[in-house]
Amino acid sequence: MLKVENLYKSFDKFLAVNGAELTVEKGQLVAVIGPNGAGKTTLFNLITGMLKPDRGRVVFNGEEISKLPPHDICRKGIARSFQIATIFPRLTVFKNVQVAVLSQQRKSSTLFRPAHRMAVEETNRILSSVGLLEKAEDLAGSLSHGDHRILEIAIALGNEPRMLILDEPTAGMSPDETSATMALIKRLAETHGLTILFCEHDMDVVFNTAQSIMVMHYGKTIIQGKPEVVKNNLEVQDAYLGGADA
Amino acid sequence: MLKTLSLKSLLPYAVLLVILLILPPILPRFYTYIITLIFVTALLAMSLNMVMGHGGLFQFHHGVFYGVGAYAFALLLFKAHMPMWLGFIAAPVIAAFAGFLIGWFCVRLTKLYFAMLQISLGSLLWAIVFRWYSLTNGDDGIHGVPIPSSISSSSNAYYFILFFFVLCLVVMYLIHRSPFGMTLQAIRDNPDRCSAVGINVRRHQLMAIVIATFFAGVAGVLFVVLEKSVFPDLLFWVLSLEICIMCLLGGWFTFAGPILGAAITVALRTFAGIYTEYWTLILGVLLIIIIFFLPEGVMGFFLQKLGRSGVKEGAPGRGQHAEG
Repeated sequence: MLKVENLYKSFDKFLAVNGAELTVEKGQLVAVIGPNGAGKTTLFNLITGMLKPDRGRVVFNGEEISKLPPHDICRKGIARSFQIATIFPRLTVFKNVQVAVLSQQRKSSTLFRPAHRMAVEETNRILSSVGLLEKAEDLAGSLSHGDHRILEIAIALGNEPRMLILDEPTAGMSPDETSATMALIKRLAETHGLTILFCEHDMDVVFNTAQSIMVMHYGKTIIQGKPEVVKNNLEVQDAYLGGADA
Repeated sequence: MLKTLSLKSLLPYAVLLVILLILPPILPRFYTYIITLIFVTALLAMSLNMVMGHGGLFQFHHGVFYGVGAYAFALLLFKAHMPMWLGFIAAPVIAAFAGFLIGWFCVRLTKLYFAMLQISLGSLLWAIVFRWYSLTNGDDGIHGVPIPSSISSSSNAYYFILFFFVLCLVVMYLIHRSPFGMTLQAIRDNPDRCSAVGINVRRHQLMAIVIATFFAGVAGVLFVVLEKSVFPDLLFWVLSLEICIMCLLGGWFTFAGPILGAAITVALRTFAGIYTEYWTLILGVLLIIIIFFLPEGVMGFFLQKLGRSGVKEGAPGRGQHAEG
């Protein structure tokens, strides 16, 4: 479904992504792991068009998307969440999701119809599927950290994506929140038939959830494979699992 | 936001409108004139707030489009002898076209860079109007624009301008509540997130600029109806700064705040201006006080006190507040 081929991106001569390779099959739950600064977020930004690669290709459903702007890539069916929660703080929770739903329905530029009567059903369905329905009228800026992260995912769902990219969906969460969130992600993947690509620091989470794991180190892909294969790979143990980080 | 506009919630506005309608015969002509000037200025401030307060674009030289609208209207009537109704339609369209041209370049930049380019290109328009003597009479301006007295005598101008002021407000309010308006506010809060949900941020911003400059053009036309003259100061940056201050004063995250800001500023200029030419000193002090104690503006403050959810409370976190 998604294929990243030999991708490069540098910032002021610093090679943030240095030959990344990634394959995501339809319906899979794929994790990208690697130490801090390994280039995971940069890779996600390249896939979603927030950054333009120096070299290499991103192919989605057989179509090269690496030169498209972010809003066009979103239209192709890739939605994402951000590592640092990027919601619309001055809008209500409901509107945060509604903005995405209206965009999906190509109604963002509608001028003379009251927005509060549009896309209500779809928005409420998404909010209830992630458990934020009772907070719908709260200002998004006033939510707790954990709810911010959930709202992030809810906004991404508003686009009815075929593929969801989650950048550290559980960053800063307590262990309880983490497992609840991962359960939610798994459930969403099943009920919506979503393909999910995520990156994560917590190794237990990764090896329990992901069906395929890609390991990045200094911007380079070391290996991608099934969890047990990755676990037994010597290079990975050297670079990461046995190292100071974990 | 209010769920629906019930008749009851419309009542205060209807009362206000009736009061405004019966004012001219009661008030001395001078006050009628001041209130009319407030309508015109308020419409201009509202149009700025659409892009600045709701759109998050630092359109610091918005007054230019007011001037373009006013000049276009005056020139079409004075030099091209167009029928008035045609000028009335054409002038705002010309202002919107100027907005499109300048906006097309500006939306490629963000934040302060947007502001700097917008000020530069706007000042360019001012320079053209100022220097092109054969067309615009330069510094002298154009006086005695032929407006029929049926709409330009003191109280007739009042009703004429009030009508268009209210009409524009209603249209702006519809836009404010539409998906377009909501998406614009979302872009203000977070442009990157918006492009990640499939919104073409630049196109949306450009569309907002075109709409806002159209309304600024309408305000320019109304100014000519009231004053029957135009002069280059209408495009000067000082005026643009003043309308920015009006939005800040009134509360730039509220819908109607700029009206209040315009009323305060125009009243201050008129009445404090009688006693001292340094009336801006008072405005400056007032502005400092408001920024410190009422960061959401006067209207924002009162709406907060009334506990209306229509106003978005402060403290969205992560320094968004200081940034605006």
